[in-house]
Amino acid sequence: MSKDYTTMWKELGLNLQAHDGLLSVLTNAYKNIYLSQKNRPAAMDYFDFVISEVHGLRIEELLEAKKANKKIIGTFCIFVPEELILAVNGVCIGLCSGAEVGSDSAETHIPRNTCALIKSFMGFKLSGLCPYVESADLIVGETTCDGKKKAYEAFNEITGKVYVMEVPHKKDDSDRFLWKEEVEKFADKLTELSSEKITVEKLKESIRIVNEKRLALQRLSKLRAADHAPISGLDALLINQISFFDNPVRFTAKLNELCDELDKRVKSGVGVAPKGSPRVMIAGSPMAIPNWKLHAVIEGSGAVVVGEESCVGERNYRTLLDTNFSTVEGGIEAIAERYMTIDCACFTPNTERLDNLEEMMKTLNANGIIHYALLFCTLYMMESYKVQSVFKEKDMPFLRIETDYSLEDMGQLKTRVEAFLEVIREGNSN
Amino acid sequence: MKRAGLDIGSRFIKYAVIDKDGAVSFYKKETGHNPMSVCEELFDSDRADRLTATGYGRHLMEISGNANTITEIKAVARGAREVFPCCRTVIDIGGQDTKVISLKQDGGVQSFEMNDRCAAGTGRFLEIMAKALGYDIREFGRDGYPSDNSNISINSMCTVFAESEVIGLINKGIKREAISYALHSSVTQKVTALTKRIDVKDDIVFAGGCALNGTLVDMFKDTLQKNIHVHETPDMLAALGAALY
Ligand code: SF4
Ligand code: SF4
Repeated sequence: MSKDYTTMWKELGLNLQAHDGLLSVLTNAYKNIYLSQKNRPAAMDYFDFVISEVHGLRIEELLEAKKANKKIIGTFCIFVPEELILAVNGVCIGLCSGAEVGSDSAETHIPRNTCALIKSFMGFKLSGLCPYVESADLIVGETTCDGKKKAYEAFNEITGKVYVMEVPHKKDDSDRFLWKEEVEKFADKLTELSSEKITVEKLKESIRIVNEKRLALQRLSKLRAADHAPISGLDALLINQISFFDNPVRFTAKLNELCDELDKRVKSGVGVAPKGSPRVMIAGSPMAIPNWKLHAVIEGSGAVVVGEESCVGERNYRTLLDTNFSTVEGGIEAIAERYMTIDCACFTPNTERLDNLEEMMKTLNANGIIHYALLFCTLYMMESYKVQSVFKEKDMPFLRIETDYSLEDMGQLKTRVEAFLEVIREGNSN
Repeated sequence: MKRAGLDIGSRFIKYAVIDKDGAVSFYKKETGHNPMSVCEELFDSDRADRLTATGYGRHLMEISGNANTITEIKAVARGAREVFPCCRTVIDIGGQDTKVISLKQDGGVQSFEMNDRCAAGTGRFLEIMAKALGYDIREFGRDGYPSDNSNISINSMCTVFAESEVIGLINKGIKREAISYALHSSVTQKVTALTKRIDVKDDIVFAGGCALNGTLVDMFKDTLQKNIHVHETPDMLAALGAALY
């Protein structure tokens, strides 16, 4: 980090000693996993910088925004419409929770057998480690899975700033109606909190900003379809993770710069791994920063991850929003509709997901699929069986992984992944 | 050219050497706390021109011994196929991992499943239980099916709790043959559950040190109702497969 932010952290009420420890672990992990990669695109510089300032400059920006009376809204799920937050001049921050910290303190509020993501956001807060949670004016939860739904009650007791949106679990007319009302209520909540009125112009402008961001992410995804893969899966994952908390306009510009560079790479046949390396797609539970474990194992074993069918990935940017409306109500309705296209495993039935998966495998030229579920993430653990049956039928190599953020299963994980890559390689040579 | 395969497992290191006429020699030593020096000793007893390493510690060799590495899944599949060309499924119960592998017609790996982190259904589990019952591990499983199996079963999934269950049964005066039988069927159940996730085809090769346990072999035959083959040194198949690779 470029300067000393101790005073800022202190004022936010962080536990300075623990926070220092966290930063040094993160810096080391980043060095080992990211900076050691070969032949990275030059434009990754920006994203490296963002990570190095993740608790510094970015927090300073948020605090400045607060001084200018903007509201900081923390979110945990891609169901929370960023467009509405921008429409009231707010800042949308996706709260990460990809590291194993403070799980013992988390266990005073939630059971041990809870998914690592939930334990992590509780743990971060209880150990005084997250400047984002401390800066937020409102933290938006949602009822996608039972674990989160109940954990937000405890989280609200500790933070006092949780607002929960109810996400339906089916997509019938009554569910769409409920969701539309939830989006309206959220708009009211934001208006009240920020004292900013939502207008048609503001809505259109914020939709444009978010659409542009999603388009840039789609562009990155398409570039990964090339063999030679022009960028590593680790780097692409990082960009997706950063898309949740960086300033969206700046992020989009920088990502497009990177994509220009990748365009050139694809044309001149420059890549990050030898041509013909196994190409793996990962599907399943979200991977919040700094959960780089599986990508690191896969790419460390000589394959390239070419796509993430995940909320930190394709599910976040697959659909754009239509700006064909002329009233605020019309805009809100369009937002509600767009978010109902998300194929999260919380829905029943959820056949769209299977179709999307097949589509992705084709467009990304993947040779195998790894279904990743965080332990105790019932939704994705359950869906993995359906996904498996679809790909089994097609004789497409499939591997199921259930794991958490700890490193104790690294040996097993490596063996599974390497054996899976052997299967892919053998299939290719036949 | 002399080829060798080294299988660095959690309990034993196995070394297979194939000389230029195709004759195979096997060596085996406990892994201990310094696997590298154990490997050196093994190399000293029989030098080869080419080495492929496999097993849990395979990456040790990649770094220090510039050997190829392959996973134990591919290695054991290759080794099993070599000694039993009819093999379409491998059950491999090792020290800390249990794997079931289904092979394609041509012998390549089609799919595989491994146990989760815990030790239930692995060699380590049986070892701990044999000890609790006072059996030498080579004797464990020789009792076969007891005449009165007293209808007891071991219900704990966790090795530590299963061990307490065993001790509880001993203290109740249950015959150790009966407890041993219950333990074996518990392992069989765990492994059978794993096989349900793959396509089990005839013929099955049972690999890994636990395949020397006659009761386990019989139980698999009963539950899977398929042909099961066991090589005379089933624990060497991964090393052999690596040497052939
Ligand atoms: S998986 Fe579902 S619940 Fe989790 S972040 Fe994605 S949309 Fe939200
Ligand atoms: S990973 Fe799964 S269980 Fe955990 S919060 Fe997300 S959806 Fe819920």
